[in-house]
Amino acid sequence: MNAFGIEKASFANLGRSKLSRRGLLAGLGAAAVGFSLTGCGSGSGGDSGGEKLNFYTWDTYIGETTLADFQKSSGVKVQTSYFATNDELFAKLKAGNPGYDVIVPSNEFVTRMREAGMLLPLDMSLIPNSKNVAPEFMGLDYDPEPKHSLPYTWLVTGIGYRKSRVNGVPDSWKWLYDSDLYKGRIALLSEAADIIRLGAKYLGKSLNGIDAATTKQVEEMLIRQKPNIKTFHEDNGQDLLLAGDVDLVMEFNGDIAQVAAEDPDIGFVVPREGSLLNADTLAIPKGAPRAELAHKFINFLLDAEAGKHIAETILYPTPNAAAKALMPESYRDSPIIFPRGPGMDASEWGKFEGAEQQRMFEEAVTRVRAA
Amino acid sequence: MNNGIDWRRSLTGFAGLMGPPLGWFLLFFAVPMAVVWAYSFGTNVGISDIEISGTFANYARALEPLYLGILGKSLAFAALATLICLVIGFPVALAISFAPPRLKTWLLIGVMLPFWTNLLIRTYALIALLRDEGLINHGLELAFGWAGFEPLRMMHTNFAVMVGLVYVHLPFTVLPLYAALDRLDRSLLEASLDLGAGHIRTIWNIVLPLASAGIASAILLTFIPVLGSYLAPDLLGGPDSQMIANVIERQFKRANDWPFGAALAFMLMYLTLFGIAMQSLLKRRERPE
Repeated sequence: MNAFGIEKASFANLGRSKLSRRGLLAGLGAAAVGFSLTGCGSGSGGDSGGEKLNFYTWDTYIGETTLADFQKSSGVKVQTSYFATNDELFAKLKAGNPGYDVIVPSNEFVTRMREAGMLLPLDMSLIPNSKNVAPEFMGLDYDPEPKHSLPYTWLVTGIGYRKSRVNGVPDSWKWLYDSDLYKGRIALLSEAADIIRLGAKYLGKSLNGIDAATTKQVEEMLIRQKPNIKTFHEDNGQDLLLAGDVDLVMEFNGDIAQVAAEDPDIGFVVPREGSLLNADTLAIPKGAPRAELAHKFINFLLDAEAGKHIAETILYPTPNAAAKALMPESYRDSPIIFPRGPGMDASEWGKFEGAEQQRMFEEAVTRVRAA
Repeated sequence: MNNGIDWRRSLTGFAGLMGPPLGWFLLFFAVPMAVVWAYSFGTNVGISDIEISGTFANYARALEPLYLGILGKSLAFAALATLICLVIGFPVALAISFAPPRLKTWLLIGVMLPFWTNLLIRTYALIALLRDEGLINHGLELAFGWAGFEPLRMMHTNFAVMVGLVYVHLPFTVLPLYAALDRLDRSLLEASLDLGAGHIRTIWNIVLPLASAGIASAILLTFIPVLGSYLAPDLLGGPDSQMIANVIERQFKRANDWPFGAALAFMLMYLTLFGIAMQSLLKRRERPE
């Protein structure tokens, strides 16, 4: 009886992973890289010239009726295509914009795409709802004036854990990086920049300006820790946690919030050494066929009611103060969606510090995995 | 693949017919490959530009012990997966080729059926089977729970990667083997059995040598895609299950280092071309044209 329940749960997970922004599609995205390399513009869709808008975003990252609401109010039909990683987005636009009007890059990729001249500056007079964005999310270093992006959601990386299987709150990166207490029950992200930077954070350093020596130090720590790590997951850590495959997992708070809603035994903490803050933003790529409509759509997404509806669906923390004010207390005061404490105070926004550094991180992680 | 073989075999007769597919092949295969090949001699300039500088630095880096080690490990993985596929696939192909015609069709459909489902979905299905609280452990617990059964740790191990690789690539082994075995002259088998050889000896001395070209094709058709697999190690593997294709994928995406990724990819390509050349040599020796 109970066992049958488990069986159902494992199938439920199989289907459920479609619900997470970076879950199932991450694999599909990997499978599709061949296509993006040849630069085929599958996302441009029908080019009838009518009132249509091409929106390139993460899967399940918008309110259930948001696009229909926009169509109702403006008559514009939004055609959505999905990417699974920022790298995929970047790779696709690198060869020239195949026809996207609005994209949703993360903050560090905003910097990167700005540097590569891939984004249009936003005309704020067309986006009056930008006033809804909480001031602490405006004017951040990743996108100085003139702004090329507006924040859509924000995230913090932390440790998702199964309360009944850990001792107290695992509020240090030590449990993932430097301890065999939870041997075989921990999973780290596979993203090189994330694991190197958070390792540096554990060593008491800033996650920006990491040099070769620090990278080496984190690399050696990870090689020591490797026998205790069950897997480097492809951003499906919340599924591993929910299914009981691991008990501690490095993951984004929004992803853990989704599974914590299903399973009250799941908790989330931002380790006390501090962590990495990220934002996903709305931006208009250079060469967008309908830049003016794109502004209109961004303005709509930043509306208080629309923002509320989106937050209700995806349960990610919203930087939209007006929308947050409309949300119930269970959202506003959730310790997972809006974590507080020493860990949050010590957290930093990550800066894009050049392709060379990215390659150094990548090679370090390749060495860790080959070790 | 097909293009290459047909083209070589019947250049004169089908020159007219070959025009359109050849054009397609050049435009959508040869040209993009040439671009990637050119990238492998390139240098990153800024964030999104690559200058084809004719450097060999990418190949030099690809030949560092770190990457050679990963390549060696991938070759070993691929060899083992191919061997397992052969050991499982040969009896299957033999059984299908001796099955009654009506059943044969169904059996062949059974072999090909998995192709109708996306690879990723099939891999996820394997996860549902293999995970600690998955179907296998669950079934075992129902059977042996009374004896204090501990769930088997299968997910996130090299074992799981091997299961995934074999499961996905088995049809690539069975189909060419079947094609070779089905063409076998049955009277030779009867002769062998009539003259007193047992079944095992007949298979060993008659079937295997006659099917050797098919076995070579099966090895090639299995080995090459296994070597380029990245989904199975990514989704089923543990911290040390990385294969060369995972490293290549990361160069094109996360590391944003296309020239190095291209060099690594072409290292595989050179190996593959070498393998195909070896196979066609073997074939030529079998059946001189």
